[in-house]
Amino acid sequence: MEKDQVPQDHGALEGVRKVLYATDKNGTYTKVKTAGWEPENIALDQAWEVINERVELARQRVLSGKASPLLFHLEKNMITKGMLADLTGISWFRIVWHMRPFAFEKLSQKTLEKYARALNISVAQLIKPE
Amino acid sequence: MEVEFEHNQSAHCENGAVSNLLKFHNLGISEPMVFGIGSGLFFSYLPFIKLNGIPVTSYRILPGWIFKRVSNRLGISMHSTTFRSETKAMEELDRTLEKGLPVGLLTSVFYLPYLPKALRFHFNAHNIVVFGKRNGKYLVSDPVLEETCEIDYDDLVRARFAKGTMPPKGKMYYPTVVPSSFDFKPAIVKGIKQTAGDMLNVPIPLFGVKGIRFLAKSLKKWPDKLDERRAILYLGQVIRMQEEIGTGGGGFRFIFGAFLQEASSQLQQPWLQEVAQEVTETGDRWRDFAFEAGRICKGRASSAVSYKTLSDILLECADREKAIFTKLKKITL
Repeated sequence: MEKDQVPQDHGALEGVRKVLYATDKNGTYTKVKTAGWEPENIALDQAWEVINERVELARQRVLSGKASPLLFHLEKNMITKGMLADLTGISWFRIVWHMRPFAFEKLSQKTLEKYARALNISVAQLIKPE
Repeated sequence: MEVEFEHNQSAHCENGAVSNLLKFHNLGISEPMVFGIGSGLFFSYLPFIKLNGIPVTSYRILPGWIFKRVSNRLGISMHSTTFRSETKAMEELDRTLEKGLPVGLLTSVFYLPYLPKALRFHFNAHNIVVFGKRNGKYLVSDPVLEETCEIDYDDLVRARFAKGTMPPKGKMYYPTVVPSSFDFKPAIVKGIKQTAGDMLNVPIPLFGVKGIRFLAKSLKKWPDKLDERRAILYLGQVIRMQEEIGTGGGGFRFIFGAFLQEASSQLQQPWLQEVAQEVTETGDRWRDFAFEAGRICKGRASSAVSYKTLSDILLECADREKAIFTKLKKITL
């Protein structure tokens, strides 16, 4: 790729410029800054689209009482139950249990705080998804 | 405390962190040089290992290997530790900074608030260098960013102790013994030989040139095997692995080209210049592939014809790379 062909398609990078290696007139490589490239932006957008859909689906399930807010936070943070178990120190089985709305309602303040700390939010935010 | 640290923006985080750290210890080594000596270039397509339900494609060797190979080949001793306790990890970081040494850290991209939101996935092998502390905030030289920045204590702890695949476990590293004089030549030859071997000789058809062919073959079948949406998502993942921040464009091929040019003048072997030229052309074909794939993703019209075109471009890349690495394999001092 030649230096003056390096694309500058603004998008996913939000103004951050990254470095690419491109050739100058003599074919020698130099570092060139770029604001992004269209295919990369498209691919990133569609990856986020999938995540946002999952978050929305989880939100609906929580609001209709089919799942506890934990499901929403898992999707929102793109983590698995296993990762949440590692972050909180709460066992995977208990997390599965806490995914049920009635079990989640009975949680002690201490357990709620553990979850909130791991997800970097307040207990109020934990209980009420956005 | 603060260390005088020269921040050079680089295309890839691992090369960049190693190159910047070594520059601090008076060993001038460029980013492509680190990449080449560490034999960073590779290709693998693993259809049965899935990330979010999408097969894994990679254009480079595993994270951490470049770092390992470079230190071995140049005879640099690196002090590298992981931690179980978060407090101990941060105390050790503070102590090392106190000694006036910048420290390389392994972190998760997801927890680095200074990065653009769109890039923050759970990727646990991002390398940054911390070179000081000011008003309770750590000074960070993130190799892929233009400028240095700051990060809070809490955010840094989260980033260092992220969970999931390949957890960083608070890994930190810094060079302890850096020899004063260097002979790059044997290291360069070793690096090139290993890259060529990796690309040509792995007897499993998932890796190297064979891996590219395998992807080309499978990709052709995606529109028949998968529904339209999934086929597009599969393509998107390949584009991202090839072009996202940290690749230098063209799936690391351009960084490798830059390395060959430097190697050519270091070893005084002009033929490497010509090979570099071929690598550049191949990199351009990879870019063409990403461009066409992006068009399919955007148009959302996945007709079998266009997937066939993509597959043909990949086969061409495979042929070109086979020729390139067959030549490079024969390199001698």
